[in-house]
Amino acid sequence: METKTKSRIIVFVFALLVWFALTDIKNYQEVLIGIAISLLITFLAGHFLITTEKSQHPVKRVIHFLFYILKFFWEMIKANLEVAYLVIHPMLPIKPGIVKIKTKLTKDSAITVLSNSITLTPGTLTIDINEQKKELYIHWINVKTQDIDEATEEIGNRFEKTLTEVFE
Amino acid sequence: MIDTIGIILICIGIAFDFLGVLGLVRLPDVYNRLQAATKCVTFGSMGILLGVIVMQGFTSFGFKALIGIVFIILAAPTAAHAVARAAHRSKIPLAKISVVDKYEEDKELKEETLKEEVKV
Repeated sequence: METKTKSRIIVFVFALLVWFALTDIKNYQEVLIGIAISLLITFLAGHFLITTEKSQHPVKRVIHFLFYILKFFWEMIKANLEVAYLVIHPMLPIKPGIVKIKTKLTKDSAITVLSNSITLTPGTLTIDINEQKKELYIHWINVKTQDIDEATEEIGNRFEKTLTEVFE
Repeated sequence: MIDTIGIILICIGIAFDFLGVLGLVRLPDVYNRLQAATKCVTFGSMGILLGVIVMQGFTSFGFKALIGIVFIILAAPTAAHAVARAAHRSKIPLAKISVVDKYEEDKELKEETLKEEVKV
């Protein structure tokens, strides 16, 4: 099957499921409108979800994704405690700066998820990306190192391995 | 019992929202403020919505709260990134205590090479 068609079908089913969860399924009018809107969405934006064939097995990718979500929540709790500590501390012990990190991910979706995760985890905020060189500019509230490789180790590598399994 | 757990979750959420606001007031420049605003407020709002889910169960009301969590996780960091990038592009300086700005260095480098190319 063509990748675009596959992507459209997945988007359609997913949109319909979300609609049914949000509305009253016993009313046939709601169901009809849901199908109409899902079709509209599918034809407008359905082909963006999957753009290339993946090498990994889908079930394996879902398992890796669930593992990623757990890891992400743990990092997020740590991030919040860290920022809370900084904010409450009377001396405000911060050392901000913008550093660069490298990424090995190639897919747009993978880089998007990586930069969003970086923003939500300890003391880091993605500012911009250099697509040619595959570098991310990160605002770091407490700069530990200015070296690009060490910063990559410190910030990006937590998620990158799991994300490679999920998206590539 | 379930109500108590829900209320505790909502209280944790409100506490983190409060810390986020405190950070917004106390931290020095726009980038640091964004850090506090995105992290604590995302987590706080998630706590409140989780409390709602626990109290309501998986009805259509609870499910709406769940979808709210997903949208907050997707939208908050994206918005923070957009604001930070726009701020840097309109040349809002970093706070005085900042130690390094690789983004600025690279931009200057780019402009210099551009000028040299024009001269040649």
